[in-house]
Order: sequence, then structure tokens, then C-alpha cells
Amino acid sequence: MDYQGYPEDQAILKVREITMRFGGLEALNNLSLAISPHQIVSIIGPNGAGKTTLLNAITGVFSPDSGEILFRARPISRLKPFQIASLGINRTFQQAQLFANMTVLENVMVGRHPRTKTGFLEGMLHLPNERREEKEIKEKAASLLDFFGLLPKAGWMAAHISIAEQKRLEISRAMAGEPALLLLDEPVAGLNIRETEEIGDLIVKLREKGQTIILVEHNMHLVMGISDWVIVLHHGSKISEGRPEEMQKDRRVVEAYLGK
Amino acid sequence: MTLSLQISQFILSGLTTGSTYALIAIGFSLIHNSTGIVNFAQGEFVMLGGMFMITFYSFLKLPMLPSFFLTVLSVAAVGFLLERGPIRRSKSKEILVLVMITVGASISIKGLSMILWGKNPMTLPPFSGEDPLLLFGAALMPQSIWIFGITVSVVAALHYFFKGTITGKAMRAVAASRRSALLTGIPVDRMILFSFTLSGALGAVAGIILTPITTTSYDVGVMLGLKGFSAAILGGYGSMPGAVVGGLLLGVFESLGAGLVSSEYKDALAFLILLTVLFLKPSGILGQGRLRRV
Amino acid sequence: MGRNNKIYLLIYASIIFLLPALLRNNYQLMVLNVAALNIMVVIGLNLLMGYAGQISLGHAAFFGLGAYLSAIFTATYGFPTWPTMILAMAITGLVAYIIGIPTLKLEGHYLVMATLGFNVIVYIVMIQLDEVTGGPSGFAGIPRLAIGSLVFDSDRKIYYLLGAGSLGVLLVSLNLIHSRVGRAMAALSHNEIAAKCAGIDTEMYKVKIFVISAVWASLAGSLYAHYITFISPGTFSFFYSIQVVTMVLVGGIGSLWGSLFGAVLLTLLPEVLHAVKEYNVLIYGLILMLVLLFFPQGLIPGIMEAFGKGKMFNHSEVLKKGA
Repeated sequence: MDYQGYPEDQAILKVREITMRFGGLEALNNLSLAISPHQIVSIIGPNGAGKTTLLNAITGVFSPDSGEILFRARPISRLKPFQIASLGINRTFQQAQLFANMTVLENVMVGRHPRTKTGFLEGMLHLPNERREEKEIKEKAASLLDFFGLLPKAGWMAAHISIAEQKRLEISRAMAGEPALLLLDEPVAGLNIRETEEIGDLIVKLREKGQTIILVEHNMHLVMGISDWVIVLHHGSKISEGRPEEMQKDRRVVEAYLGK
Repeated sequence: MTLSLQISQFILSGLTTGSTYALIAIGFSLIHNSTGIVNFAQGEFVMLGGMFMITFYSFLKLPMLPSFFLTVLSVAAVGFLLERGPIRRSKSKEILVLVMITVGASISIKGLSMILWGKNPMTLPPFSGEDPLLLFGAALMPQSIWIFGITVSVVAALHYFFKGTITGKAMRAVAASRRSALLTGIPVDRMILFSFTLSGALGAVAGIILTPITTTSYDVGVMLGLKGFSAAILGGYGSMPGAVVGGLLLGVFESLGAGLVSSEYKDALAFLILLTVLFLKPSGILGQGRLRRV
Repeated sequence: MGRNNKIYLLIYASIIFLLPALLRNNYQLMVLNVAALNIMVVIGLNLLMGYAGQISLGHAAFFGLGAYLSAIFTATYGFPTWPTMILAMAITGLVAYIIGIPTLKLEGHYLVMATLGFNVIVYIVMIQLDEVTGGPSGFAGIPRLAIGSLVFDSDRKIYYLLGAGSLGVLLVSLNLIHSRVGRAMAALSHNEIAAKCAGIDTEMYKVKIFVISAVWASLAGSLYAHYITFISPGTFSFFYSIQVVTMVLVGGIGSLWGSLFGAVLLTLLPEVLHAVKEYNVLIYGLILMLVLLFFPQGLIPGIMEAFGKGKMFNHSEVLKKGA
């Protein structure tokens, strides 16, 4: 699929001039960008460029000091994280934040939460509609585990699987929420070449199913290999964006990484 | 008596009890600043202050000044043992567990006191006689002057300690950032131990000066502790000026409430204030607003 | 809820049914009845402590609210007993809701102090509002419970009712833990930020579980009132709040079956210590400290681990918060 660029009004996510300050430090500086659906958009930049801060702002972990974020034309920058997740943005974290004392399957089942609805009363009384929903949750979770190659370890404690498997588990938990937008924060950090390829393939497969993905990564090989679009941040601002091949040749990008 | 005279009377007596609440509140703040926990046994330190003083002065017939110092030393030792023992040795370092350990310690101290001193209330004679002085038409017990005087001295001494001495500054460093303090070579463990010991001493002082007015028994600890905690929260948890302001304000509110509205619900007032502050502005009057979780 | 839990429930039900045959006298039945009431309170409290990671030192007040609301509405105003029980649960739940919303946003030990303050306020009101509550001398003449013509007027009859009640509370709570809500709560107690980003409204869940724990305590309080037919404020002081927290800690935070053991053990303990009544307070304090010091995950789980049987507790029930 050849990506040509996008009309602004079709963007699924619009970040409009957001600024975030921590203490005296400006982590994001009047940043604007737009994400088009059904693409893998990578956000790259040297350490401290503001990539994770951007993800935190999008998911509501922090509220930007100024500016606005629009998801499907709806402003979300004042919403709480759980509300944003329910609207359809799910994420993974740099260090996998799993529920360590729950099983692999249960971790993914938790991810189904915003798409399900039985409450306290139905749970306490184990009503038929609750039983049905539980069955559905389990089945969906299992099929996700299958997709991510984790089904054989469904009953294992999440803390006992390998790092690569934990990273895949986190992505599958995020996918359980059926997000319109999936944010991946350094999903292959610390993995070897084979593991990186496995996850890269999975991300591409997700995109082929129509998933919109924002990928924050340092691994340039992966970024250049699978991205449809690349946005480059530096010191909290966007310094360039374009197709992967273009970014590799962009002088500003090279300078940012090598330092001037 | 005219209303305004009555009110001055209430305010005066409120400031008196409020001073002791201030001392108790400072004790809470000290330990919170160094460890992040609420020391539930703080109230028991106050009770022990009264009890030990009675033991040394009334039972063993030692003179007042030595009794005073021995009492302060003894309760400071209790604080020391509490930190050195259960708190330090706890397998879990989670705040909630440590708080519950102090709850257990508080109950144990109470239970032990019940056995050692019995259940009957006991009291101390006022330090310098019972004849009230007249101040602007309101009666002022000489004991109140002692309470004000001693509280002011203690607060001044603490102020100097924290601003002017190395140990005091080290403790403030620990309160600001434990990690940084560790990195700069401050013996954090020893600072924590010291904060517990100092809290014990402060509690003892509060107990000693308060007992002649209110009597004491094995179970006064809880109420006093809670009131002291309310005062600390009211003024701004973790700040010493906050503790003083909170203590005095709480004392005055309580006294006015008891005098003008209803004396039966007097004790409930402190907790109503506690709940109200927690609901509306958990950081208290002088606080900076750091209490919310992300 | 898993096959194991169903088996344990059956075993528990059988024990409840068969136990009276082994007992000699009514006094022992009464102790078990008190234990059953404690079980109800403790299970609710365990849900709060295990899943919201918060400690309440005010559950005696919720217990007391249930007792006094039932007593006053039925004895003074002639309301029917069973609907009043439900009304009391609703009122207590509402009170818990009001307290919970602001305080559960703060760090855990603020709830500790707020609930303790609440406990003291309720206690003082019980004593001072004497035209309504009977004051320090208590409230007598509470009607007994009845279903049709069956009046629960003996220790034995109440035993089966309370046994069934504790079984019901246990069953419903186990169901909850193994449901979508239970999973969400387990997630939020493990890793709150990940839970939030996964779409879980953590604040709301904490409040709701606090409300449920208060409601169970209220239910136990109402049953207590109709059982003993006389209540007085002394029963509902914060010392009882501390006792039930100790029961949770002994049984293991997050383990409902552990709570069962903890409640029964610590209900029987004062009976055993009866001879040394003076030491009751001291020993409670020491037990609390020692359990926390050496078995912060619970006395029962700790002992089981020591004997190599740590796996007995279903992983999704026993929660270890952090290290």
C-alpha cells in the first residue's frame, strides 16, 4: 500500500499546539501533528525529545498545559485515562506494565474491560448474562493470545514469561480493548533480532487488518522497515515528517540524532 | 458574664488546649515528614507523658524538674524502641502496613498501661497553684500560662533546631527528598530514629502540661492522638507552622463549639473538622496541595 | 468461580449444618453466632483491603449503623424487620458513598484516619442522642426476626440463619471476585496506572467496593440487633474496627477463605483468654503487631507457605501488593 499523504480532516488524531512543562522544563513545545487512520506512524527522536510525554498526554496520564488533542474530532485533553481508553485509545508502556500476579489469559481478559459491561450485581449473583459475557471475554482473549502466539502459556503467571512474551502480552491486552488507535511505546526495546522481527511482523499484520498504530521506537531498522509515515521530534517540537525513505535522508533529522 | 467576656474565656481556654494539640500535631508531622507514615501511637506518647510524670512525681515523690526530665526521657525512649523495634524490623515497608503496626503498638501500649496503672483517672497538681489570674476580665489559670510558655519555648527551640543545626537541616533534607538525602550521605535511618524519639519527647511534654487540667487515664491516648492529627491536617500536614496554627485553631473551635453550641458533642467536633478538611482541602490551611494521587 | 471454591463452599455448608450436633451447650452456639457475624464484616473488609488496597478503621460504625437503624425503625416505629434491614443497608451504603468519594482519592492512610474519625463521631452520637438511641445504657426491646410463623428466638435457630447468611455473603463475594468487576479490581490493586489506561475507572471501583464492605457490615449489624435484642454503644467503638482489621490481616489480605479462618480464630481467642481478661487489649495489640511484622501477607498464608503449601491459595485470590 503506497501512502501518499493525507487530508487533514481525515485525521483520526489531531494534536494541536500542545505544550507541557515539568518544573521549569518544557517537555512538549507547541507541538502539532495529525495521524491518519489505518497506518503505522512512527514517532522518533533522540532521548528526551518528548515522545513518551506525548503518549502520556494523548492517553490522559498528564494534561497538557495548553493546546488541545482531538480524537475523532472530539477533544480529549481534559479527560481521565480510563475515559480515553474507553473511547478507543489503548497503549503499551516502555517497561511492560502487566498484572504480574494474574495469568497471561487474565491479563488479556482485563483488556476487554471497556468493551464489556456487566457490573457488581450481575457479578455477585452470577446471572446468565454475566456468564455469557464471561464466556465471550474468555474466547476473545484466547483468540488474541493465539494471534500473538501466547496461547500455550495462557495459564502461566504473567510474571513468569519471557520479556519478549511480556511485550507481546501487553500488546494483546491493549488489542483486547478493540482500540481505534493503538499506541506502542518502544515495544522491541531490549529484544534480540529474532524477537524484534516477530513483533514487527505482528504489528504489520495488525495494520493489514486495518489497525491504526502509533509506534514510538528507537530501533531504526524496525521503524524504517514497517512505517508508513515517520514524525521526528526534537526538544519537544516536530522537526520533520514524511515517508521513511525521506526521513533517512533529511538533514535536520540526521543532525538531531548526531547532535550538531 | 457578658457574651464577649464568655467568648474571650472560651478562646483563652481553647488556646490552652490548642497549644497541646499543636505539640501533638508537630509530633505527627515530624514522623510523617521523615517516613511518610501516620504514627498512630502518638496519642499514647501523650498519655504516657502524663502517666510517667504521675509515677515519678506523685508516687516516687521526686521533685518536679527531675520528674519532668525523666518523663520526657522515658517516653522518648518508648519512641526510640518503637522505631528500632517493630518499625525497623517489619518485613514489609509498605506505608499501610507500617501505619497498622503503629496501630498495634498504640493498642499494646494502652493495654500495658491498663495493667500497670489501672483504669482509674489520675491527675497532677498544677505546677504553680490554682488561683486564677484575671486577664481582660477573663479568668486565666496559672497552668495555662505554663502551657503557653512551655509550648512557645518548645516551638522556638524546634524552630532553631531545624533552621540552625546540622541535624535539624539533615532532617529537613530527609523530609524533602529521602533519595537525595541518602545520596548526599545523610544517615537517613538515624534521622528517622531521631524523629520518632523526638516525637516521643514532644508527646511527653504535651501530656505533662495537659494532665493538671484534664486528668489522664490509660485510654486518653486515642482521642488526643486523633485530635492532634486533625490539627495537623487542618493546618497543613507536614508543616510545623501548620501544626501550630492547626492546633490553636482546633482548640479554639472546640472550646467555642462546646461553650456556645453544645458541650456533649464537643469531642465530635474535632473529627467533623477532620472529615471536612479531608473532603474539601486535604492539604490544609497552610498546605501546598501535594496530597492527590496522579 | 472454579471447582475448588465450589467444593470448599459445600464443605463449609456441611460443617455449618452438622456442627451443632457436636456442641454441648448454648454458649458455644452463641460464640459461633458471633463468629458468623464477624465473618460477614470481615469478608467485606477484606474486599476493601485486598482490592482497593485501603484500610478502614470505621467498620464498627457501619456495623453499628445497621444495628441502630434496624433497632430504632423496628422497635420505636414498628417497621417490619426484613425490609428495614435492607433500608439500613441502603442508608449505610449511602453514608459510605459520601465518605468514600473524597477520601478514596487520597493516599491510603487518609481513609484510615477519616474512617476512624467517622467511627468516633458515630459513637459519640450513639451516646449523646439518647432519646433516640437510648444513650450509654443502650437500646432494648428489639423485635426478633421471623419468617412466617417461624420466629428466630433461640441460639440454635439463629445459628442456622446466621450460618446461611455467612455462606451467602461468602458465595456472593466469591462470585464477585471471579467476575469482570473482580478482575478489574484485582488489576487496579496490582497496577493502578495500567488499569486506568486499560479503561478501568479506578476511583469509582474503589468507592463501590468501600460501599459494599459497609453494606455487609450493616447487614451483620442488623442481624446482631435482632439476635441479641439489646444493643449498646460500647459494642461499636473503634476497638471493634481494629479487631475486624486484625481478623483480615490474620486470614490474609485478599483471601476470602483466610478471612473465614481469621474471623473464627479471633472470635474464639477472647473466649480462650477469658481468664486473663485484663490482658485482652494488650494481647490484641501484640497479635496485630506480630502478624504485621512477620506475616504481612497474612498469618494463614504465611503458615501455609512455611509448610510448603503456599499454592493452596488460588492465585487470583491472594494478592501481594508490591514486594
